[in-house]
Amino acid sequence: MTAVTPAPPSVADDPAPTSVVPPARPDGRFRLRTAAGFAFGAALLFAVAPLVLSDFRLSLLAKYLCVAMVAVGIGIAWGRGGMLTLGQGVFFGLGGYAMAMHLKLADAGPGGMPDFMQLYGQLDELPVWWRPFASPWFALPATVLLPMAVAFGLGSLVFRRRVRGAYFAILSQALAAAMVILLIGQQGTTGGTNGLTDIKGFFGYDLDDPVNQRMVYFIIAGTLLALLALTRQLIRSRYGELLVAVRDGEERVRFLGYDPASVKLVAYVVAAGMAGLAGALFVPAVGIISPALIGIVPSIEFVIGVAVGGRATLLGPVLGAVAVAWARTALSERFPGTWTYLQGLLFVVVVAFLPGGLASLWALARRRDGAVESRRRGWSPLGRRRAERTEVPAA
Amino acid sequence: MTVLFGQLFTGISIGAVLLLIALGLALTFGQMNVINMAHGEFIMAGAYTTYVLQQSITGAGWSLVVALPVAFVVAGTMGVLLEILLIRRLYARPLDTLLVTWGVSLMLQQLARDVFGSPNVQTRAPELLTGNVALPGGLTIANNRLFILALALAAVAALTLALRLTPLGRRIRAVVQNRDLAAVSGIPTARVDRTTFFIGSGLAGLAGVALTLLGPIGPTMGTNLIIDAFLVVVVGGIGQLKGSVIVAFALGVLQATGEYLTTLSVAKVIVFVAIVAFLQWRPQGLFTLRTRSLA
Repeated sequence: MTAVTPAPPSVADDPAPTSVVPPARPDGRFRLRTAAGFAFGAALLFAVAPLVLSDFRLSLLAKYLCVAMVAVGIGIAWGRGGMLTLGQGVFFGLGGYAMAMHLKLADAGPGGMPDFMQLYGQLDELPVWWRPFASPWFALPATVLLPMAVAFGLGSLVFRRRVRGAYFAILSQALAAAMVILLIGQQGTTGGTNGLTDIKGFFGYDLDDPVNQRMVYFIIAGTLLALLALTRQLIRSRYGELLVAVRDGEERVRFLGYDPASVKLVAYVVAAGMAGLAGALFVPAVGIISPALIGIVPSIEFVIGVAVGGRATLLGPVLGAVAVAWARTALSERFPGTWTYLQGLLFVVVVAFLPGGLASLWALARRRDGAVESRRRGWSPLGRRRAERTEVPAA
Repeated sequence: MTVLFGQLFTGISIGAVLLLIALGLALTFGQMNVINMAHGEFIMAGAYTTYVLQQSITGAGWSLVVALPVAFVVAGTMGVLLEILLIRRLYARPLDTLLVTWGVSLMLQQLARDVFGSPNVQTRAPELLTGNVALPGGLTIANNRLFILALALAAVAALTLALRLTPLGRRIRAVVQNRDLAAVSGIPTARVDRTTFFIGSGLAGLAGVALTLLGPIGPTMGTNLIIDAFLVVVVGGIGQLKGSVIVAFALGVLQATGEYLTTLSVAKVIVFVAIVAFLQWRPQGLFTLRTRSLA
């Protein structure tokens, strides 16, 4: 895995003047453990899960892993950068729709039109903005670049004018609301409430075939691991330190000569790109993308997993997202009402009483061990910093 | 000309609903920096209160008259309970209040579903409010919308007077302007907070009563309105009611005009873009309290 190499990530988009800041953290001690962790995760996802789980369960897991990808992005933007984004569904949706449009057109064949268009829109020919998606060379990059562009547009306007905190959260939520209303309103070209359904093929492979479903699962699992490796490098880089600094004291960072707006923008855009990628992979895994999957409620549900797992950690969001999505499937089928209460209660209890998420239990336990140990050995600044890392900002 | 006035009035009546919802939010957000996502469910509580009262009281007119104060108290009490149980612990973490209250709103929605059933219910409007007022020039204005406008304006007037003239209002303003200074001056800020929350949530109850005149009552009725109302508060600026009043009507008119010129869905997008553009010009909202803070 790429995470093993300690080289700093590409800082081409790092807005910070790369001057005299020392390397973030001497993480040589961690290298072996990280490599082992990745190997373990990869073994679990690539070997154990396909062996143990039935085809149906495996495709459910694929779906959860997509949600986990969104969660990784939210972990960066919210956990690290302090930007609570309640509209990740928008980016998930942009990625999903871009992919679904391409697959729909590919299903329809050259010159063909998606089935629903004749049904609702009575259109004679493809709308102009659908046309480029016929080419995979446009559609595939678009699944990531389109969400990033939208995030860049909104983010650069909003962060530059120092709109933040609750204001930003509400704006991001309003964006989700506007997008859903727009999608439903333009039924003739977007499929309306139904969304884009009945996706049969994936670049020439039949999605009904369990073997191909398995392949989609492997692509998703691999992508998630790659994103995690990338994120680990990002948050351990100089930029990652800067992002946390902006979260904890934006004004101080500004006084030090950095531009907090650019720092936040990068995190927000990266999170959007991850959500877009997740949406794009969600489509072949589930075969549908619709407004109900990307509106306000699903957008907040993305945040639940992150909060439950531990917003400021690397793995917390992933495990939290998978756990919450799994619990939803397990419980909501049998007891739909109970699940809603449970979901609400989970959110209230975790956010109000355990703001660091379940991951902070682990950190708390470790800190207790560490406290005992440091009394024995004398105070260690490195150990203290490590304990602090999982703490959550007040704001 | 007639069309123009018709659209203008539609916009104003959308604005009146927004204003009723946003008033309570502006109050609690301004004073305590609390973002209460359960506000939408307090609206729902007000609406269901009207429904329940109508089941027991014959005569739609009387039930509406009774519903106004009862819904205020019901929603207000729910607000105070929420404040005591949860929000009190989270004053230092405004973003987390948003998430916690969203969890609460999920539970309240499910509670409504369990108690009243998932399908929407409907109330009868009093006869007095079902007709139209005919204005010269062939213009008609629906009575129920006129009533809501009057209710919203009455709420603004009452709130303004209360804030300006009563001792409680003075305390609230003091806490908004400088919480620490108010506290050392002997103002019981915790009690003031609770009262503010009662009033703010109660206003949501009133909004709920008003909404029964416009459409069906359902468990998710609050969710869709709450975001628009939050946008009003954000654009209006924290801590001042006049910002909310102006922005509510402005957004209502913009929405109605946009809907008339294009479609409902495009109008929503226009409103969103207008808000982001506006925040470029005044990032802290239309009116702000002058402070010496760095933000």
